[in-house]
Amino acid sequence: MAIEVRIPTILRSYTGGAKSVEGSGDTLADLLTDLDSRYAGIRGRLITEEGALHRFVNIYVNDEDVRFIGSLDAKLNDGDNVTILPAVAGGALATWS
Amino acid sequence: MLTIDAAILDAIVAHARRDHPDEACGIVAGAIGSDQPTRHVAMDNAERSPTFYRFDSGEQLRVWREMDDLDEEPVVIYHSHTATEAYPSRTDIGLAAYPDAHYMLVSTREPETTEIRSYRILDGVVTEEPVRVVNADVDQHAVQSYMFGQSPAAVDYECRAGN
Repeated sequence: MAIEVRIPTILRSYTGGAKSVEGSGDTLADLLTDLDSRYAGIRGRLITEEGALHRFVNIYVNDEDVRFIGSLDAKLNDGDNVTILPAVAGGALATWS
Repeated sequence: MLTIDAAILDAIVAHARRDHPDEACGIVAGAIGSDQPTRHVAMDNAERSPTFYRFDSGEQLRVWREMDDLDEEPVVIYHSHTATEAYPSRTDIGLAAYPDAHYMLVSTREPETTEIRSYRILDGVVTEEPVRVVNADVDQHAVQSYMFGQSPAAVDYECRAGN
């Protein structure tokens, strides 16, 4: 099944410059594995070494932040739109790492 | 070089002053590829913190969709430091994920003078750039003065008419 995935500028080096690509999977984790099979390395930019969604990457299924719908276990359906947006964050104190 | 309209800069500084001592954040959108910031969007700081900021994820999606519809991109991404200088912290550098944006830092630590500086942040490397303010009007009542990082001294804003 086809799911449209919108790719932010900073990750387009993995997709040959494409702004959006198609993927498949029953869950977000499956989708990211599918994308990584064609765009090697992209999964590693979104998932930590411990296997969790990176804290400073926002991924949305349609209009929902996946953190509110199961994170990597979020269910996907044919025709869903997935949007990846790097968080905009920072601040005076070094507390992020 | 970042070129920005005085009215937009005023709105950014007003936002930073309003949210002080918490950090304020937002963007200025502009047409893709134009490098001209034209539409100011003050964002919520979801952290509501004096030392950290993060765009609310839902608001960010709405604003980014709106930019897509208008063929815009975030030309400027700004936030304030409320007790430290207008220089990117290690956090700011580590989390900078928009290589095409001008990262503007506004320091509100001094009540009378606002420090404004702009940077490119790419792969952990910070490059400061000059800020050029255009369309500044004469305002007899202006008391706010801005200090730009690459200027030799404080700039009295009301003296910049004719730029």
